[in-house]
Amino acid sequence: MSKRVIVDPITRIEGHLRVEVIVGDDGVVEDAFASSTLWRGLEVIAKGRDPRNIPLMMQRICGVCTYSHYLKSTMAVEDALGIKIPYNAELVRTLMNAALFIHDHPVHFYHLHGVDWVDIVSALSADEKKASELAFKYTDNPIGTGENELKKVKETIAKFAKNPQGLGPFANAYWGHKTFRFTPEQNLIALSHYLKALEMQRTAAQLMAIFGGKQPHPQSLAIGGVTCVMDILNPARMGEYLVKFQAMADFINNAYYADIVMAVEMYKTEPSVMKPMGVKNFMAHKEFMIGRNEYLFDSGIIKDGDLSKVFDIDEDMITEEATHSWYKNDNPLHPYKGETEPNYTGFVDGETVGPDGKMVKTKQIDETKKYSWIKSPRYNGEPMEVGPLASILVSYVRGNKKVQAVVGEFLAKTGVPASALLSTLGRTGARMLQAKLIADNALVAFNNLIENLKVDQETCATYTIDKDKEYHGRGIGDVPRGMLSHWIRIKNGVVENYQAVVPSTWNAGPMDSSGVKGPYEADLIGLKIEDLTQPLEIIRIIHSYDPCIACAVHVMDTKGKTLSEYKVNPLYGGCSI
Amino acid sequence: MKDNSLFNKLSSRLDELSNLPKLDDEVSISKLIEEKGFSRREFMGWAGAMTSMLMLPASFTPLVAKAAEMADRLPLVWLHMAECTGCSESLLRSATPSIDSLIFDYISLEYHETIMAAAGWQAEQNLEHAIEKYKGRYILMVEGGIPHGQSDYFLTLGAHARTGEEIAVNASEHAAAIFAIGTCSSFGGVQAAAPNPTNATALSNVISKPVINVPGCPPSESNIVGTLLHFILYGTLPALDVYNRPKWAYGLRIHDACERRGRFDAGEFVQQFGDDGAKNGYCLYKVGCKGPYTFNNCSKQKFNQGTSWPVQAGHGCMGCSEPDFWDAMGIVHEPLGNRLYHTAFGGMGSDATADKIGRGILTVTAIGIAAHALISVIKKPKD
Repeated sequence: MSKRVIVDPITRIEGHLRVEVIVGDDGVVEDAFASSTLWRGLEVIAKGRDPRNIPLMMQRICGVCTYSHYLKSTMAVEDALGIKIPYNAELVRTLMNAALFIHDHPVHFYHLHGVDWVDIVSALSADEKKASELAFKYTDNPIGTGENELKKVKETIAKFAKNPQGLGPFANAYWGHKTFRFTPEQNLIALSHYLKALEMQRTAAQLMAIFGGKQPHPQSLAIGGVTCVMDILNPARMGEYLVKFQAMADFINNAYYADIVMAVEMYKTEPSVMKPMGVKNFMAHKEFMIGRNEYLFDSGIIKDGDLSKVFDIDEDMITEEATHSWYKNDNPLHPYKGETEPNYTGFVDGETVGPDGKMVKTKQIDETKKYSWIKSPRYNGEPMEVGPLASILVSYVRGNKKVQAVVGEFLAKTGVPASALLSTLGRTGARMLQAKLIADNALVAFNNLIENLKVDQETCATYTIDKDKEYHGRGIGDVPRGMLSHWIRIKNGVVENYQAVVPSTWNAGPMDSSGVKGPYEADLIGLKIEDLTQPLEIIRIIHSYDPCIACAVHVMDTKGKTLSEYKVNPLYGGCSI
Repeated sequence: MKDNSLFNKLSSRLDELSNLPKLDDEVSISKLIEEKGFSRREFMGWAGAMTSMLMLPASFTPLVAKAAEMADRLPLVWLHMAECTGCSESLLRSATPSIDSLIFDYISLEYHETIMAAAGWQAEQNLEHAIEKYKGRYILMVEGGIPHGQSDYFLTLGAHARTGEEIAVNASEHAAAIFAIGTCSSFGGVQAAAPNPTNATALSNVISKPVINVPGCPPSESNIVGTLLHFILYGTLPALDVYNRPKWAYGLRIHDACERRGRFDAGEFVQQFGDDGAKNGYCLYKVGCKGPYTFNNCSKQKFNQGTSWPVQAGHGCMGCSEPDFWDAMGIVHEPLGNRLYHTAFGGMGSDATADKIGRGILTVTAIGIAAHALISVIKKPKD
């Protein structure tokens, strides 16, 4: 008989997420549901406020991708007011964005996703000498894998492991799970990088703080540009950015890259991470202006896994609906026409698999009704995956030379075909490839900034807000978790309406009115789970998307606003990213 | 002598603590410090810095060092409510290799959803076990506002879909000390800004035990570590201001120790971002700095290992460690006097707001600043 398994809380993510799966006697997932269990309602709060206050407020959607919402919200206001920001400001924003990505992606892989791949307890039985030699197989310049270093790492963990209560944050996890594929030596290498990455992420955060004042939640954007003019005119400060950036780039190229190559080698035969994806549509937006009209990643849509074609994005095709979301109006509506009021219907009583495998009474969702605070976004009625994998695939198919070179090299090195990217493992790998592309290319923006400062020191455009005029606009682009857009309407000098269509909403949304599932849910169907009390396979798939659930669920439109007169600005494509 | 009595009190507190069982008999923090490559001298240097941060006399340095060594008596439970994880991220920024992070390595982090390896049932078990095993001994830190009362369903957790409020109340019952980390759990935060659609509120409003507020969006890691040390030293609440913020961290205005204070006194102001004044580090008051109304130690401690802070990056303070700052601090890039929309104070004008924000804490200077705000608004050229 089929059984229901609940995983709540999904830890090592941003926000609050519950997953429920129905599993057959053979341990294969027959149906799956993702539910977000927190709602904050920031768009409601935005209404009636001064537009200048909105970017800092929207930044508080998420403290992990801490710059993403700040930037896109600022761009939305600038687009509405028709502001063209100075070239210097564009480049500084790119450098801050680079700092975010090369912080966020490694932190995700090592600290949030890492222990899905790495069995820390197994590392205890590693031979550190062998491990140290093995590290050269994956890179010519290994980091943190000297024999002595690895010995120290082992001792640190051994001390933890001696006392079962002393495992602290590593206690009670799925150690020894059958689907762990690394050898003890490989586990030890990755574990050493887990600790090293804790140190490196502080450096990456300092990179953001050089121009941003602090990280998390940098505070140096203004409508019209950036405020950190003293920092960019200070050569010592620029040197600090350069040196720290290079240290982080080195870590990405020689630890992160190497560990993913190692993961592909060992996990490419693990069915739970190689099974076909549920949703094979991908959407990404151009991002990273590194020079005038020069972007690192491209825009487009790939349909049904067909890597021979890429389509342009038509934003009128974007809708969100709430058939299974805890809001009143179920209908699919364009973000500008959205109307939503909370309509919480809660959980129902049920019996699900308990911690020891026996059935226990719990609360469960009612999947025939509403079951999540996340809405279901659709493009032309279809679900889309967004994120680094989408960005890499779209750019690759578009013929982006930089992306093609890096992907080609990676595929050659790992010996897998491009189609292997369409998997959980591929999604995790693509995130690293995106980090590498940024690490290898963002300093083009740095050099262009230096060149431009010689002739132009403008950092912030001036503007006025006419209280008698109405404005609308939006900021769009790819952030670490995928395509993000913020949409604003301004009337009487204050916010009339605010919307954010967020990456994790695309990926984590519940079924639509036709019962079509979004990427999280669709990806879990057909998954074989070895041990229902240790659903590591589920966690691994969900983590591969890098969930940011506070991002996904804040979305709410103001009540009953009809905004059908809105037209997407055709000039937008050529405007500031 | 006053000093002596305090000294004696703290000494006996530490003696008491040292009789408590350690989490792990095999290691001590002094051993750990040695292993991580710190000398005793470096450790004492850090203790000296913390002593002065905590505004204690220099003679207390050995006590602070001893208190740090007592950290191994403290299991830590960290809960996530309605939040953005920024405070957890701030905690992760604690520098390595530094004593701050050492202490966090060393404290037994029993429950922290962003970091812990366990998930689902196993995660819930970890929380239950920690509360049971360390009854009356664990530290509770809470991040995020809490949807409250009839609206508590806006946050649920675990297979039994218990509300965030229920979990926070339950975890607080047996905690030795409770800290609200960040402005959301201290004062409700961004989700509690008008019209507060989820009825989110501060931790102190949902539990009946004393809460020490460590606000900021997010607070710096030194304020978190300092708060903890202070607890170990005193075993009681530190001296608090009217908003239950530790005075040693939130006792001074940003403005008082600001690196651009000389510019303010000289009347040299940035008129708009990117102008010559901005290039030369003029005061940011007229482009909206709320430093004069904000109590925190950012201008001294900075962020990210002293890399910078907003004012250094040319952007004014936004007042993020003050209650209701989203509603009360006006427009971010204008002086407080020029407010456009409704606020918590019913739009009574800048001096009323400034007075209210600084209730009982602002000094006479503040009146001058409020006056300055008015003058500045009058003088502001129409654009």
